[in-house]
Amino acid sequence: MSAGLAEAPSPAPPRPRLSPVEGPGDRRFRHAVFAAAAVILLLAAAIGAELAWNSRLAWKAEGLRFLWSSTWDPVEESFGAWPFLFGTLYSSFLALAISVPLGVGSAIFLAELAPRRISDAATFLIELLAAVPSVVLGLMGVFVLVPAVRAVEPALARWLGFLPFFQGHAYGVGMLSAALILSVMVLPYITSISREVLLGVPMPLKEAMLALGATRWEVVRGVSLPYARDGIVGAVFLALGRALGETMAVTMVIGNTPKVSWSLFAPGYTMAAVIANEFAEATSDAYLHALVAVGLALFGVTIVINGLARLLIARVTRRSA
Amino acid sequence: MTKNLKTFVLAAAAALGSAGASAQTTLNGAGATFPYPIYSKWFDMYGKAYPGVRINYQSIGSGGGIRQFTKKTVDFGASDGPMTAKQLYEVDGKSIHVPTVLGAVAVAVNVKGTDGKDIRALNLDGAALTDIFLGKIHAWDDERLKELNPGTALPGSPVTVIHRSDGSGTTYCFVDYLSAVSPEWKKKVGVATSVDWPVGLGGKGNEGVAGLLVQTPSSIGYVELIYAKQNNLAVAAMKNKAGKFVVPSVEGVTAAAAGAKVPEDFRVSIVDAPGAESYPISTFTWLLVNEKNPAGKGAVIKDFLKWMLADGQKAAADLGYAPLPENVKKMVAAAVERVR
Repeated sequence: MSAGLAEAPSPAPPRPRLSPVEGPGDRRFRHAVFAAAAVILLLAAAIGAELAWNSRLAWKAEGLRFLWSSTWDPVEESFGAWPFLFGTLYSSFLALAISVPLGVGSAIFLAELAPRRISDAATFLIELLAAVPSVVLGLMGVFVLVPAVRAVEPALARWLGFLPFFQGHAYGVGMLSAALILSVMVLPYITSISREVLLGVPMPLKEAMLALGATRWEVVRGVSLPYARDGIVGAVFLALGRALGETMAVTMVIGNTPKVSWSLFAPGYTMAAVIANEFAEATSDAYLHALVAVGLALFGVTIVINGLARLLIARVTRRSA
Repeated sequence: MTKNLKTFVLAAAAALGSAGASAQTTLNGAGATFPYPIYSKWFDMYGKAYPGVRINYQSIGSGGGIRQFTKKTVDFGASDGPMTAKQLYEVDGKSIHVPTVLGAVAVAVNVKGTDGKDIRALNLDGAALTDIFLGKIHAWDDERLKELNPGTALPGSPVTVIHRSDGSGTTYCFVDYLSAVSPEWKKKVGVATSVDWPVGLGGKGNEGVAGLLVQTPSSIGYVELIYAKQNNLAVAAMKNKAGKFVVPSVEGVTAAAAGAKVPEDFRVSIVDAPGAESYPISTFTWLLVNEKNPAGKGAVIKDFLKWMLADGQKAAADLGYAPLPENVKKMVAAAVERVR
């Protein structure tokens, strides 16, 4: 039944595009917007080319092994980006694992259940959270979150220590703190966008469902969420993009140790953090090129993830249509 | 109007007796962050004494300083570590490493004794410090630490090592010392502005290390001497070459420079220097200048360096930097004459 209703709002079949007579003003306008669009693509291509050129020594020395080698030794000039790649992906996905249920849950509450006035006020506050500079969140992480995490970790180890995720020394700083601070940073994006999308669900659909005797939960699950799915997925990927690139707050709490560990207690490192940390004092060309190569890898990861997101959205949309 | 101003500045410059400083000369420099506070003070003082000269300095880090100096995009560079022979080879023309002041690295600890009180005084030697940073000494009640600290109630808690995560001259000086006292460190890790640490957590900047240190019970780390003093961290007394335990201080650093054998080109590490008063984890910081400079600039650079040796040195100690010892000052004065 829910599937049947979800189909209802799918848009009308696309009409063939109208092509009106083009005057000189129209043509100029068309060229102008085309140029604007092209500049963005060119800019992205130029960034990629510049990164590739300035990291050529690293690729020449290490080859593709650079991506999965775990050594990062500036003295011997032997570089591999795997610990940073791993740290970036692991911390970002952990952050999403925390913030997606929270964010979507609160968006449902704000859009469907809360009185409008409370909903608006709460949304304003949540959006304010997005405006907090990351270094401020990082400081809060250092002084509030990390001590709290350090206090909680021994208990986690006692109850869940049989899992590989909860083993090792409780430093406080590490993957868990980084994931928590990241989840706070991306939460506003998920909540705020999801709420907007959920508010856009047509009232008649919901009323129809209610008229059929559905409960509130059934309406949310059967109408609102399927209708808003594309928007919510988009919000999640926007949040993921933010998490992947976040530098300051993460480097302040992650422990900055280029080691690969699945334990949430272990310190780690991310790609953005290592570039910010080591760029200023990188004296040799090989070292500098290795750091730029990490930047190129980060650029690549962002593109791949965004591409996957597009594919996912396209596939989900096609299946429901 | 402009002409009048020019005449005025020229007259003022002449009146102050700065033979070389012509009107409206701007010098641009870039490099090390560690000496930035003293450099900006110097450039400000010098600019006030000689209104015709403006010196801009960007603290972009030693690596950036060396790169920009090599590419000649700045009039002078600044670095916390000496340039390597290969880097010098890439510089067009002859250049001079001018030592300006000295800095030191303090080993800071945050550990409670078995009596529950913070341990404020701790003795360490090079071998023990190296083994802590290699991860070979795991706990504070290790036999060697006990031997170095008779009478201190060292606890059995594990040692957490904290190091800098960003590349820095502080790290360079610290690992330079570890390499000097331990062949094993030299072979396994080596010396650079950032290294592949065997153990420990990384904090960003002095404040990052201090932040982690204060928060993490039973930890040890290293910060700049000035930083340790300002934040009243508990620092370790290091055993120097003469076998004495010395707490880091401005005097101990100058003593190390006086005791070290300084070569003609000043590219020298003064870690583990001889002398009873010497603090072993000390370093020069250098300005990088060309012997041959564009017309008009050479004389100004030379004049500034002479001023730095005479008046500038007096301002150093107030900001927590150790001034150059007399013997080094004389050598620098002679080298500065080569600047044209």
